[in-house]
Amino acid sequence: MNGAQEPGFFEMKAPFNLLWLQSAGCGGCSMSLLCSGARDLIGALEAVGIRILWHPSLSEASGAEVTRIFEQCLSGEVALDALCVEGALLRGPRGTGRFHRHAGSGVPMAEWVMKLAGVARHTLAVGSCAAWGGVAAAGENHTDACGLQYEGDQPGGLLGAGWKGRGGLPVINIAGCPCHPDWITETLAALALGAFGAKDLDSLGRPRFFADHLVHHGCTRNEYYEFKASAHKPSDLGCLMENLGCKGTQAHADCNIRLWSGGGSCARGGAPCISCTEPGFEEPGHPFHETPKLAGIPIGLPTDMPKAWFVALAALSKSATPKRVRDNAVADHQVVVPPVKKTGLK
Amino acid sequence: MTRIVVGPFNRVEGDLEVTLEVKDGVVAEAWAGSPLYRGFEQILRGKHPMDALMFAPRICGICSVSQSMAAAAALADAMGLAPAPNGRITRNLAHAVENVADHFTHFYLFFMPDFARAEYAARAWHARAVERFRAVRGSAAADVLPSRTAFLGAMGTLVGKWPHSLAIQPGGVARALEASEKIRLFGLLRDFRRHAETVLFNDALEAVAALDSAAALVRWAAERPRGDFGAFLEIADDLALARLGRGVDRFMCYGNYPQAESQFLPGGVWDGQLRALDAQAIAEDISHAWLDGETRHPAQGVTRPQDEKAAGYTWCKAPRLAGLPMETGALARQAVAGHPLARDLVAGEGANVRSRVVARLLEIAVILPEMERWAQQLVPGEPFCAQGELPQEGAGVGLVEAARGSLGHWLRIEGGRIANYQIVSPTTWNFSPRDADGTPGPLEQALVGTPAGEGNLAVQHVVRSFDPCMVCTVH
Repeated sequence: MNGAQEPGFFEMKAPFNLLWLQSAGCGGCSMSLLCSGARDLIGALEAVGIRILWHPSLSEASGAEVTRIFEQCLSGEVALDALCVEGALLRGPRGTGRFHRHAGSGVPMAEWVMKLAGVARHTLAVGSCAAWGGVAAAGENHTDACGLQYEGDQPGGLLGAGWKGRGGLPVINIAGCPCHPDWITETLAALALGAFGAKDLDSLGRPRFFADHLVHHGCTRNEYYEFKASAHKPSDLGCLMENLGCKGTQAHADCNIRLWSGGGSCARGGAPCISCTEPGFEEPGHPFHETPKLAGIPIGLPTDMPKAWFVALAALSKSATPKRVRDNAVADHQVVVPPVKKTGLK
Repeated sequence: MTRIVVGPFNRVEGDLEVTLEVKDGVVAEAWAGSPLYRGFEQILRGKHPMDALMFAPRICGICSVSQSMAAAAALADAMGLAPAPNGRITRNLAHAVENVADHFTHFYLFFMPDFARAEYAARAWHARAVERFRAVRGSAAADVLPSRTAFLGAMGTLVGKWPHSLAIQPGGVARALEASEKIRLFGLLRDFRRHAETVLFNDALEAVAALDSAAALVRWAAERPRGDFGAFLEIADDLALARLGRGVDRFMCYGNYPQAESQFLPGGVWDGQLRALDAQAIAEDISHAWLDGETRHPAQGVTRPQDEKAAGYTWCKAPRLAGLPMETGALARQAVAGHPLARDLVAGEGANVRSRVVARLLEIAVILPEMERWAQQLVPGEPFCAQGELPQEGAGVGLVEAARGSLGHWLRIEGGRIANYQIVSPTTWNFSPRDADGTPGPLEQALVGTPAGEGNLAVQHVVRSFDPCMVCTVH
């Protein structure tokens, strides 16, 4: 600890001051954070040097005391190491930002965010609203919502494409709707320990430790996927990709490795992955529960698989599907269980 | 007269700004402002009706399952679909897990930390409140968050994850529980019961649920230390919280937790006597909201932002039942359901800071044992999801109870698409602005007469006693 001279050792900066703002979102990423499996969430953050200056759901300070904390950060009296923004930034109506005024000060929230990001060492978009605009930007985007540094998949957003924080990094996009509690705590810990750099971000600014995986990885429906034994209706056990809209083979996240809420995930709950870590997920151009197809073949194929190969393999594997897999795929519980062999497994 | 603007109001879910006119140290008039508009009702128009299941939970990160339940109920209503019994029970369990977790979160993280503030340093209980409830640093945070997480861990088994699950369906849930999962679930519920019985009540849940009058509650609290509930009751007595934040004393409940033939918590109105709920008598007034249009029933409601409207001071509409503001929440639910303690509290000193908090904790004691019963009613192997067809033209209503009160979704389908979708949330009722007659909303009325000014936290207690969820309020 604190022994930067030895390779691999962390350079902990304590205190690492954290300010959390809620912009136009649902608060779900904060609620998800509180589901951290840590023995003591606040203590676990403190243990790596993180001090919460203010969080809207947790802190004592209210009203004018809060505005005072903002001002102390702006004047440099208090060092702001991490600014976490949850929720989209609303620029409407007509560029006024009045769809979201910060309570108490009357100033549009987007203005506070811009000012505070200017003094923060690192700025983090917590959730897909803050990263890309997300659900707030759905439909015709009536509120002119955007992310901190993206508008959908287009660089720009509130702060601009070339923006970098004082620590030299662009906005760190902890995407997800909501994001997993560990994605937040592990990104913050890495920053506080001086163990996070530009190489740790993917091309959309997401921490690679979760974004370098696909939701498909670790999915319990993988045997059904292998044989293209597909679910047809909600509660079927089969693969959700062919008919029910699942984007797990394309979406970047480790949801089926890390697991949620005591061992679940969307797919384990029987729900398709809607690729909520990806920009623009809120407007897929088709109903969320249906897979768009062309000539009977899903349009959204696995990220890096040529279509002809997919079609050929699908045809082959469908013809080789064991009865067990085929029957279970369209049932809500196993109707045929794997046979127990009489001889030792080879 | 001095005018005070209080905000940002934290430890409520979302953005709240309260404006107070203070005369001789007490609030003469109050205005509740919701300064955030996201426009879900506009977003949903034109979408496939089933897309409501993706958008609705994202209205709110803390009432996420409640929003899913209302959307699923509205869709099922439009489809004429009854859920599979297992699906109904699983949804009730997921909904109750969220509601109980929300009561827990509200009590420990949002409400109690105010008593640890330096303003109360002279009180006999202050040092204990600091040790236990101080925001972020109190021992309760380290104690309560892991048990809340473990309890919400039931969501992984029930609906995949929390918040924001797409597993909640019109016909039930998209996941069938196996026999071993039924056992795991039951164990999780029993484990949380143990935590509540030792830390929160220092008594059996059944004993708390059986308290049948205000006097019985006082006797119970005096018998021996009563955990964190007891700590609250002591503070409430010392600060006379029962005389703070008197509401409109008209209580509404839509009904919740459907059983085979009835609802575990019935719908209705309590204003000294029990009345049937007429959902057709609901109307949303927009005279003081930054919105265009006129007063309408939500089935015909419109949402058109107009930020330059001079009479506006909030994005929140003003729902009224037969023209009257209503209070919703745990106290309303328990009063309507006829719980003798809730009825007696309401008959005595009405809705106030103390009775609202008591009702919330009482509800934990009432619901948890019921959840254990429900979990045992699951029949693995039987269907968890009934299948139905959406009509090309149709309408549906979904009325449920979130932790903080009555939540309704009104859906109209035309040409297979959502033609209109209106959402009326609990805090829309409780924190509604004035209506066209100038009648203030429930919070606005509850704040009148509250001591206010530098160093006085009474306004904070009144506001938080409603457990407001502002992201739901305006959506």
